[in-house]
Amino acid sequence: MNKNEIQLIKKGKRIDGRRPDEIRPIDIQVGILNRADGSCYLEWGGNKVIVAVYGPRELLPKHLQDSTCAKVNATYNMAAFSVEDRKRPGPDRRSREISKVTSEALSGVVFTEQFPRATIDVYIEVLNAQAGTRCAGITAAAVALADAGIPLRDIPVSCAVGKVDDTLVIDLTKEEDNYGQADMPIAIAPRTEEILLLQMDGHLTMEEFNTGLELVIDACKKVSEIQKKALLNKYGSSLG
Amino acid sequence: MTEKRTIVIPGTVLGEAEKRKPGTGTFRENNNIYASRLGIKVEKGDYINIIPLSGVYNPSVGDNVIGIITECQLSSWMADINAPYPAMLHVNQVPWKVEFGSTGQYLNVGDSIIAKIGLINESKKIELSMEDRGSRKIDTGIILDIQPQKVPRVIGKNGSMIALLKKYSNCWIFVGQNGRIWIKGESDRIDFIAEAIRKIEKEAHTVGLTSRMETFLKERQK
Repeated sequence: MNKNEIQLIKKGKRIDGRRPDEIRPIDIQVGILNRADGSCYLEWGGNKVIVAVYGPRELLPKHLQDSTCAKVNATYNMAAFSVEDRKRPGPDRRSREISKVTSEALSGVVFTEQFPRATIDVYIEVLNAQAGTRCAGITAAAVALADAGIPLRDIPVSCAVGKVDDTLVIDLTKEEDNYGQADMPIAIAPRTEEILLLQMDGHLTMEEFNTGLELVIDACKKVSEIQKKALLNKYGSSLG
Repeated sequence: MTEKRTIVIPGTVLGEAEKRKPGTGTFRENNNIYASRLGIKVEKGDYINIIPLSGVYNPSVGDNVIGIITECQLSSWMADINAPYPAMLHVNQVPWKVEFGSTGQYLNVGDSIIAKIGLINESKKIELSMEDRGSRKIDTGIILDIQPQKVPRVIGKNGSMIALLKKYSNCWIFVGQNGRIWIKGESDRIDFIAEAIRKIEKEAHTVGLTSRMETFLKERQK
């Protein structure tokens, strides 16, 4: 974690040539899986994520059911080939944590009370990982949920802010994540700016935190526009 | 369906709550009406509704559905009706006199039935009934699955589309509200009509579908 090892910002530009407040290119395709109720494929910089949504369907075993509302059950999984060194397949501490926080973030926008005793299963598969996979996962899961016709208050969106070479940057790359001073992924409901997820690794002053939050909310709104465009594209083109 | 049709996504503002009322697929927040589902915005009277473009079947009382028996119990059956919840069919609700413990003699696992939804309680426990005239056990033909949201299009305005399909296919067709369609007839006719139904499902959200389907059916008939 020695930041002097690598210079991450040169002449105001980042290691991949972006400005500090610039996000990586995003491409979203909706409804790519036939057997799922809703699905989404997202490419965000070097990240490639595929999400399938099933449900609402009966939650089994029965003792897990909640008679008042549905449960949102997200499963985050990284493919063995998604990173440079082979990742040992199966759930580990990190993916269980991400599954948990993603489920909680998504539950914040779903009208769960409309489906008592049911579950909404969200499977997030990371095919290629290059920093920010949880943000990519949530962003893609949100699109897949909307595609599955699940009632939502808003389409959640996620992005990260971090600090590298004492500068606040948006949407960190792998090098910035590894050698930077802080990384803070957040997920919001863009309409109300309600925060659904906020995690932080590293150190930020209160002032940096507030500025970073403003920056990342702006970035989230840009990502949100891409999500909406992708959803409308699926149906809009053939509407008479 | 002549008014302007716009596709909306969850969170889109549909109008002010003071002027309009929130209908299906919408919700009210801070004097505004928002869409909660991906669908087509339709204004009907005072209400703003969303016709969803995707999603699972949402059962309601009185719907005629096609169910598949999944379990035989001593005095009831459980059926899959393509909803998020299984449905129960009690022996009191069938047209046969079933002795205690002999449910399997009348309906077995894997059998298909046409039934009516009799009751849904607040925790979404569903009860079926086979006592009315249209209900029966399905013994021949095929069952086609389509998206439940596309059912109204397969039926058409005042049954125009289904009448068209019957006219050109010479098949017996029953459309369940849960997105299952039972077709009975000659096998080549069944394939023909299944292809037509798939086309309707694919183009369900477009305008002027009935007339386009008529041309399609005429051409294929030759």
